[in-house]
Amino acid sequence: MNLRKYLKVYKNFLHTSFASELEYKTNLLVDLITAILSLIGSVFLLSIFFQNNSYIGGWKFEQALIIQGIYTVLNGITNTWFNPNLTEIVKHIREGTLDFVLLKPIDSQFFISLKKITPSGFLEIILGFCLLLYCMKINQINLNLSFLTLCLITIICSICILYSLWFFISTTTIWFVKTWNATEVLRSFLYIGRFPLNSFSFSLRIFFSVFIPIAFITTIPSEVFLGISQLWKILLEVIVALIFLSTSRKFWLFALKFYSSASS
Amino acid sequence: MAQNIIAVKNLSKSFDISSKEPGIKGTIKHFFRRQTKSVKVIKNISFEIKEGEIVGFLGANGAGKTTILKMLCGLIYPSKGSILVSGYLPFRRKENFLKNITLIMGQKQQLIWDLPPIESFYLNASIYDLDKFEAKRRIKKLSEMLEIDEELFIPVRKLSLGQRMKSELLAALIHEPNILFLDEPTLGLDINAQRNLRKFLQKYNKETNATICLTSHYMKDITSLCKRVICVHEGAISYDGKLDLLLKKLSPVKEILIVCRSEKDAIKLENSGFNVKNKIKNEITIKIENNSITSSLKNILNNFDIEDLFINEPPIDEIIGRVLIKKDYDI
Repeated sequence: MNLRKYLKVYKNFLHTSFASELEYKTNLLVDLITAILSLIGSVFLLSIFFQNNSYIGGWKFEQALIIQGIYTVLNGITNTWFNPNLTEIVKHIREGTLDFVLLKPIDSQFFISLKKITPSGFLEIILGFCLLLYCMKINQINLNLSFLTLCLITIICSICILYSLWFFISTTTIWFVKTWNATEVLRSFLYIGRFPLNSFSFSLRIFFSVFIPIAFITTIPSEVFLGISQLWKILLEVIVALIFLSTSRKFWLFALKFYSSASS
Repeated sequence: MAQNIIAVKNLSKSFDISSKEPGIKGTIKHFFRRQTKSVKVIKNISFEIKEGEIVGFLGANGAGKTTILKMLCGLIYPSKGSILVSGYLPFRRKENFLKNITLIMGQKQQLIWDLPPIESFYLNASIYDLDKFEAKRRIKKLSEMLEIDEELFIPVRKLSLGQRMKSELLAALIHEPNILFLDEPTLGLDINAQRNLRKFLQKYNKETNATICLTSHYMKDITSLCKRVICVHEGAISYDGKLDLLLKKLSPVKEILIVCRSEKDAIKLENSGFNVKNKIKNEITIKIENNSITSSLKNILNNFDIEDLFINEPPIDEIIGRVLIKKDYDI
């Protein structure tokens, strides 16, 4: 793989996406306001849950805010990269414009996963990190290199799991043609990630750990932030992320053999 | 002697297609128990195309022309048979193969809708690993050939269909491919835009010796660009050869309207053994076979008092239309 070429292409992706978004100034402004209001609403909702309970699933309000912070960062990443690109796969397959992608001398997964960005999602990422910094202050968490490395590893793993799940569902469009609903269900499950895993019943905990690993996505990075995570959980998240990433890649390459293109 | 650049042997393709009965009952049945059947859309076809050739694929809607083009460029896996394009197996989509070909579809677009075409050109240039100066040179050269200038800087959504198609061509040719697959490139364009596009393709073929495979329902595209045509009927090749030979075979006679000086001359001509189609007063229409047209006209002009005559070529659309319905012709 020619890294220099891919960096150059990605630079062009960023440029064209920003330029496209800036064509519609009002839309961008509305998106930015929505991001701020959405975070305020989520924190308010969380505070209501904790109004009559000091602990939910063994988590204090100040600790649960960390999960909200990680969720906001991940949601920002979802809105910046996954939403504009991965929902587009369904359109590419339905309308046959995937033809243009497949005939370019570039990795098709790279192209369809990163071609577009929604700049307003960056604000969510920044707000999420600001909330995390605030949480570190109120939870008296000390910053050091190993702490930062572990946080970064678990957040990157969470991004990989979320991306792989979404990409996997979108790939099934090659057979089922229309899978908008499935990606919407995935987004709904992601909302569940705003709450600590321990606040759910045992059966739901198993479901969200094994079948749809939402638990890995927010709870483990939050535990790392609080310094209460166990090493095996971190290792497990890394392994799950690697398995999901490689499986989604293999599944995409396998599915392309069945791509029949849309009729003209 | 030009080399074969495309070689197709015993190629077949089947698709699983589901069908649905009309009405609510049919919809419910279709939802719970979908009936699919395997339909063979391409049936054991073989052909070769030489470097620099322009070949037109003719056929009715659903005949299989686009499926053939998509298999040639590697988008669809063949069910059976072999394809070799420029020495590569297309469906493996190797980088060097992809740098050699392009696909242009009249009804689909790759340009970024909200931005001027120039942005898409530079994006494509980076994908084909061209440096900025080379990309600039190629954009300048192709935009001159396509006669587009200011349009490069206007958002795609504000361009006319003709301007958009020219920009699509530029985006698809920035890497200077050797093989062009064109699927109805003039679809929806006005007469002038169609003519300009054809002129450009002729020029491009002449300058670069690129091989062009073209499907179109506009006969003017085929007649002005393609010396050779491949007729596809229900997934099989019904004719592969020179276009003028096909036209001669499908239309072996010409109609000649002769205006005689008097009705008496017209009656004399009517009774002289020609195949008469009709006669109105001093005007008579006769049918003459293509291979005896010169001698027959000489005979008429020498032996009858003729005021005027007109040779009527049957419209090419009408002739080709017969190709699309196999039962109407036999080559």
